[in-house]
Amino acid sequence: MVAFIIRRVLQAVGVLFAVGIISFSMFRFAGDPVNQIVSIDTPAAQREEVRRSLGLSDPVPVQFTRYLINTVRGDFGISYQFRQPISDLLAERMPATLELAFCATVFAVAFGILMGVYSGLRRESFLSKLFQTLSLIGISLPTFLIGILLIYLFAVTLGWLPSYGRGDTVRVGWWTTGFLTLSGLMALILPSITLGLFQMTLIMRIVRSEMLEVLRTDYIKFARARGLTTRAIHFGHALKNTLIPVITIVGLQLGSVIAFSIITETVFQWPGMGLLFVQAVQNVDIPIMAAYLMLVALIFVMINLAVDILYTVVDPRLRSTIRQPV
Amino acid sequence: MGAPVLSVRNLKVEFVTRRGVLKAIDDVSFDIERGEVLGVVGESGAGKSVTGSAVIGLIDPPGRIAGGQILLNGERIDNMSPEQIRKVRGKRVGMIFQDPLTSLNPLYTVGEQLEETIQTHTNLTRAGARKRAVDLLAEVGIPAPDRRIDSYPHEFSGGMRQRVVIALALCADPELIIADEPTTALDVSVQAQVIALLKRLGRERGTAIMLVTHDMGVIAETADRVAVMYAGRIAEIGPVEKVVRQPLHPYAQGLMGAIPTLKGHIHRLTQIPGSMPRLSAIPPGCSFNPRCPFAFERCKVDRPEAIARYEHPVACHLYDQSSAKVEVASDR
Amino acid sequence: MNTSIQSSPISSSSEASWLSRFRDSDIWASFKRSKLTMVAAGIAVLFILAAICAGVLSPQDPFDPAQLELLNSRLPPIWDAEGQAPFLLGTDEQGRDIFSAILHGLRISLAVGILGVAFSATLGIALGLIAGYFGGFTDTLIMRIADVQLTFPAILIALLIDGVVKSVLGGELDAGTILSVLVFSIGLSFWVQYARTVRGSVLVEKNKDYVAAAKLIGLPASTILIKHILPNVTGPVLVIATINLALAIITEATLSFLGTGMPETMPSLGTLIRIGNNYLFSGEWWIVAFPSFALAMLVLSINLLGDWLRDALNPKLR
Repeated sequence: MVAFIIRRVLQAVGVLFAVGIISFSMFRFAGDPVNQIVSIDTPAAQREEVRRSLGLSDPVPVQFTRYLINTVRGDFGISYQFRQPISDLLAERMPATLELAFCATVFAVAFGILMGVYSGLRRESFLSKLFQTLSLIGISLPTFLIGILLIYLFAVTLGWLPSYGRGDTVRVGWWTTGFLTLSGLMALILPSITLGLFQMTLIMRIVRSEMLEVLRTDYIKFARARGLTTRAIHFGHALKNTLIPVITIVGLQLGSVIAFSIITETVFQWPGMGLLFVQAVQNVDIPIMAAYLMLVALIFVMINLAVDILYTVVDPRLRSTIRQPV
Repeated sequence: MGAPVLSVRNLKVEFVTRRGVLKAIDDVSFDIERGEVLGVVGESGAGKSVTGSAVIGLIDPPGRIAGGQILLNGERIDNMSPEQIRKVRGKRVGMIFQDPLTSLNPLYTVGEQLEETIQTHTNLTRAGARKRAVDLLAEVGIPAPDRRIDSYPHEFSGGMRQRVVIALALCADPELIIADEPTTALDVSVQAQVIALLKRLGRERGTAIMLVTHDMGVIAETADRVAVMYAGRIAEIGPVEKVVRQPLHPYAQGLMGAIPTLKGHIHRLTQIPGSMPRLSAIPPGCSFNPRCPFAFERCKVDRPEAIARYEHPVACHLYDQSSAKVEVASDR
Repeated sequence: MNTSIQSSPISSSSEASWLSRFRDSDIWASFKRSKLTMVAAGIAVLFILAAICAGVLSPQDPFDPAQLELLNSRLPPIWDAEGQAPFLLGTDEQGRDIFSAILHGLRISLAVGILGVAFSATLGIALGLIAGYFGGFTDTLIMRIADVQLTFPAILIALLIDGVVKSVLGGELDAGTILSVLVFSIGLSFWVQYARTVRGSVLVEKNKDYVAAAKLIGLPASTILIKHILPNVTGPVLVIATINLALAIITEATLSFLGTGMPETMPSLGTLIRIGNNYLFSGEWWIVAFPSFALAMLVLSINLLGDWLRDALNPKLR
């Protein structure tokens, strides 16, 4: 068990190192770091001076080590377009993205499991068939189209919900939250649905097919033979056994939620890290792109690690028998 | 003696499929008395397990009980509502399945599964249920039950797991236990222990046991009476020593010929030629007639009813006085 | 190859037999069984034809500023009281005919999608063959890169590559270059699945007798790989390619929607939706609705075809 976790941590560090190389290469070779400091009309001699003072004349491995150390300390350099430390920019926008991703995941998990259980138990009902059709469409449509559709319906036509921004936010320490005001909560609804819809359909399909699978197993038949109530069988025994694949999907998809928040944040002009990243790509702001890559890699790796550990909590068989990574 | 613990009368079970209605059980009747072990034997597909499932109302669509009555201590249970029959299952009738590996939910400890079953059927508190669970585990012969109760199913060996399954069937002190191939998935050495356990429980608690198996050895060792099933019907039913030693029905004769015996002379193991018909293609007349070495004209048109002779019923025209062909195989 | 020399006398008969063999095949049978698939195939073919014939079908060349009249700007669809011929689906703020723009946008979306898939398939197949056949360090290196890349969603990788390439090229880029950059970044984002499938298949085939025999008679590795091993993976690669075509089109549309893809001077469907999105609040719904609908139908029909192809070629899956 401990050996398993240690191996996973080492793998995670390996991935982060690889991403670090890519990120460094982008930072160092795709964009000229000197441009961060000086303006376009700075004379060449002065540029050379800055170059030396930044250590850019040192051997590449030395520079890479320095880059890694800086990154670990949270120093990602300075943005071309904003002329501000990137760590400040990210810190300022991280709460918006994390709150959005959190709500989207809660939405996806809650509705995905509900709809999946329902359509697994009542396979032939009209509602189940409707869910299946909707999920096919939900899986096929690009995220931004769903966002536009929701804005058109609920913001433009009905006028019920805001179409962009976070609403009023409250500052708690350095964290800004939209959870404490009505307008902040209202503003969360459409972006969360847009971002969570794909995950919701995925979870629904998996829960449904797992439910069908589990209900055919011997231990469900035996549970019925023991005279347990239908409720206990469906929700105590069947549902718990569908949770392992759901955890896998939710875990793996959390990364995508962060990545797809790029799109959702653009559609809803949500002031998070994703919007910052898109603006960076549009304006070819390499340091921000490199920093975002590192940060996202870190989040992904931590999520994967958490999922691996969660497995063992849900499935007792893994606690004693883990030898091979799952 | 009052009413038998289980009384099955003219039971019919059908499966509605796209290609028509298949008769899985066709007019089956038998009784099981208190403390008695009834062995039900036959090839796979003969309808043994379906009979067991029908008794506890676990026939799922497209299957359905199409006729007959099932009485538990004189009370009809075949026409109960789903909620009523659920309360019978596990409380008055315990069930044991073939594979202990897959019968237990891998995500709960055996204690949790036992307590859940006990609390469903009794008014015991959690602590009371747990105490009863430990007692049950001890009763089925699990060493250190107070420690093992918190183990997960995968931490038990196959034989121990089947003991847990038996403990689960005993949770509410049932009147009847239906054991569906309880030893098939186990090692030979463990089989004997599980059989001995079942027998002891039946004797000590007076529980009636319906033991479904295709293993004649298990039947010979455990059962008081035997029902031989073929293609959804009972071919012969009677005391174990009669049916095993002196089977009447040609099918039963063939089946008994297939038990290797240790004592005595080296018997030639005989084999019944052909195989059991599929439910969709049961021949007219006696369903065994295409494979029967003694079949005559009447067997191909007339379905034999059970006739009582030699103290136990057998469904074969050979023993019907009117067909006067008795001399062929009555004594062997 | 020498097949072309001898092909003429027998080509007609072999073609006919190929056709009849196709008609007898399970694939064709399962195609005829599924009505939904037939509808999807019809829509997909219609879209492809429309994209090819865009120049003929559209009443206006949306890329030619000379043909745009500001007088005709923001016209609603033709069935609206204020609609005007020949603008079937209305016009945008520059007087561009939406119908013509969709046809031309479709052409660009499909072109980027197909080229992107072709690029990623070629790259993935090549890397998969190399990794599987040579094994050792090469294999480990390629598959480790694949693992790391698979950790991240394709859209993020495409965005990053797009940004980096543009930074390296620098300055203002013309539409043609941007199209190539898109194909490149989409291609690099989707190669992993091909590589994994092909590698797996190579590992299986590599140990079979016919490959040993081919090695024994001294055929070079490239010949063995391309002529003997590659044909075994056509089925799965075709399925991946179809499903990835839908993904590639979505990715292109997303990049263009985010403003990092096709420019407004040469709009794809994604760019059209980006433009139209600005008019959502002022009531000109048609500018965004029709391109969105076209994109949705295109992606949905290709997805349905991909699902069907997967089931038909591999009935064991699902």
